[in-house]
Amino acid sequence: MEKLQSSFKNMVLSLVIISMVAAGLLAGVYILTLENINAQKKAKQEAAKLAVLAGHEDGTAIETAVDGFGGTFRVMVGFDAEGNILGYEILEHQETPGLGSHMVHWFKNADKPGQNIIGRKAGELQVSKDGGDVDAITAATITSRAFLKAINQAYAEFKGTEANTGASQLQQTEAVEEEVIIIEEKETEVSHE
Amino acid sequence: MSNALKTFTNGLLKENPTFVLVLGMCPTLATTTSAINGMSMGLATLFVLVCSNVVISMLKNLIPDKVRIPAFIVVIATFVTLVQLLMQAYLPAIYDVLGLFIPLIVVNCIVLGRAEAFAAKNSVGLSALDGLGMGLGFTLALTILGAIRELLGTGACFGWHIFPDNYGALVFVLAPGAFIALAYLMVIINKLQKK
Amino acid sequence: MVYFLIFISAIFVNNIVLSQFLGICPFLGVSKKIDTAMGMSAAVIFVLTLATVVTYLLQMLLVKWGLEFLQTILFILIIAALVQMIEIMLKKVSPALYQALGVFLPLITTNCCILGVAILVANGTEKLPMGAEHGMLTGTLFAFATALGFGLALILFAGIREQLAMNKVPEAMKGTPIALLTAGLLAMAFMGFSGVV
Repeated sequence: MEKLQSSFKNMVLSLVIISMVAAGLLAGVYILTLENINAQKKAKQEAAKLAVLAGHEDGTAIETAVDGFGGTFRVMVGFDAEGNILGYEILEHQETPGLGSHMVHWFKNADKPGQNIIGRKAGELQVSKDGGDVDAITAATITSRAFLKAINQAYAEFKGTEANTGASQLQQTEAVEEEVIIIEEKETEVSHE
Repeated sequence: MSNALKTFTNGLLKENPTFVLVLGMCPTLATTTSAINGMSMGLATLFVLVCSNVVISMLKNLIPDKVRIPAFIVVIATFVTLVQLLMQAYLPAIYDVLGLFIPLIVVNCIVLGRAEAFAAKNSVGLSALDGLGMGLGFTLALTILGAIRELLGTGACFGWHIFPDNYGALVFVLAPGAFIALAYLMVIINKLQKK
Repeated sequence: MVYFLIFISAIFVNNIVLSQFLGICPFLGVSKKIDTAMGMSAAVIFVLTLATVVTYLLQMLLVKWGLEFLQTILFILIIAALVQMIEIMLKKVSPALYQALGVFLPLITTNCCILGVAILVANGTEKLPMGAEHGMLTGTLFAFATALGFGLALILFAGIREQLAMNKVPEAMKGTPIALLTAGLLAMAFMGFSGVV
C-alpha cells in the first residue's frame, strides 16, 4: 500500500479517525469495567468492615482519614458497644515502605502489649514520646502519631453517633446507596454519547 | 527465521532498555521496592509495548508523516488507559501500589521510541516480536532490581523471608537505595560484558 | 504559613526527582553542564506551572461530563499542544528567550514529571503539608514549587557532575553508573529533610 501524503486533508482525517476509534474503544471498555471496579471497591470496604468488627455483630465500624507522613491515609476502626477497639484496617496509605507502612500490623500485634491497641479504650491514645502509653513504630513517630490521631478521631465520631443509637450504621448504608445512584447516572450519561 | 529470533533477543540482551539504552528510568527506580512490584510494572509496560507496536505497524501507511508523533501518542495513551481500567477492575491491589506510574507509561521513552524506531518501519509480526523482546527485557531488569532491593532492604525475596525479619538495610527500599542498587547492577553488567 | 510550607515540602522534603522519582530522564540526560541544566529548569518551571493550571480546569470538565477515563489521553495531548504553542509564541514574542529555552521544549513533552504532577494535582492526590486543602491555588503553588525542586536538584547535580568529569573514574563505572551513584548520595542528603514539614 502507498504511504499517505502529508496533505492537510489527510493529516486531519487520519488524526480524527484515530482519536474517534480510540475514544470509542475506551468508552466501551470503561462501561464494561465500571461495574467491576465499583464492585471491587465495595468488596474491599465490606471485607475491611468484617475484619475490624472481628465477629461482633453489635459493633460499629467507622472510617476516618488523617494526614500521615507521606500523604493522607484512610483507616477503618471497629468499636464494641462500650467503645473499646475491636480492630482496625488501613484502607489506603502512602507511608514509607518498611517504616511507616508497618502500621498495617504494628498496632494489632498481640505479642507486644506495649504497641497493641486492640481491646483498649480509644479517645486519648498517645505515643509514649508524647506522654501516652502506646509504643510508636521504630523510626516512624510521625506516622504513629497520625495513626493514633485517626483512631481518636474515629472514637470521637463513634461517641457523636452513639447518642442516636444505630444511626451511624444506617447512615453508612444510605451513603453507599447514594453513591451507587450517582454512578448509575454517570453510566447512562456516557452511553448517551 | 533467524531474523525474527534476532529481533526478539535484541531487546532482551543486546539492547536491553534499562541496562544498555538507559530508558524508562522513572518507573525502574520508583516501582522496584519489591520483586513483585517491579515485575508487575514490567508486565504492564510489556502489554502496552506489544499492543502499540502492532497497531502502529498496521497503521504505518495510513498516518501521514507530519502528524505521526501525535497519532502514535494517541494509540499509546489508548492502550495505557486500557491497562488502567483493566487493572482497576481485576487487579486493584497491584494498581494501588503502582498508582501514578501506570498512566505514566505514556511518557515512557521506550514505548514511543520503539514505535518511532521500529514499528513505523517494519512488518506487524516483527514489530510484535520487537515489542515482546523489549518488554521482556524491561520486565527482567525491573524484576532483578526489585528482587535485589527487596533482599537487601527487608531480607525477603518475592515475599519469602530469607533472612530473619530485622536483617535488612532499609535504605535499599527507600529512594537513595534505588539509585545505588541500579548503579552497582550496571557496573556488574559492564564488567561481565567486557570479559 | 501553609503556602510557605508547600514550598518547603515540595522543594526539599518530597523532592520530585530525588524522592518521588519523576523526571529522571532529563535529570540524567541534561545534567552534564550547569548552563544547560539552568535552561532546562527554567523551561520546566514555565511549562509545569502552566500545564497544571490548564489540566486542572480540563479535569473539572471531565468530571462534570463523567469522562474521567479519558484523562491520560487528553492530558498528554494537551501538554504536547501546550509545549508546541509555547514554542511558537516564544519564537515570535521573545527570540532571546527562545534561543535559551527552545532546544529544551520538545524534550519536555516526554518529561514524566509534567504529566505526573498534572495527574496528581487533578486527582487531588498531591502531597501537601498538613492543614493545606487540595484546590486550584494550592495545586498551582504545588506545581510551581515542584518545578523549583526539580531545578534545584538538576542544578546541584550538574554542579557535581562538572567536578566529577575531571576525576578518574573506574572504567566500568563511567557514564550512567557513576551518575546514578552520585544521585543516590544526593538523595540520601535530601532524606535528611524528611520530617521537617
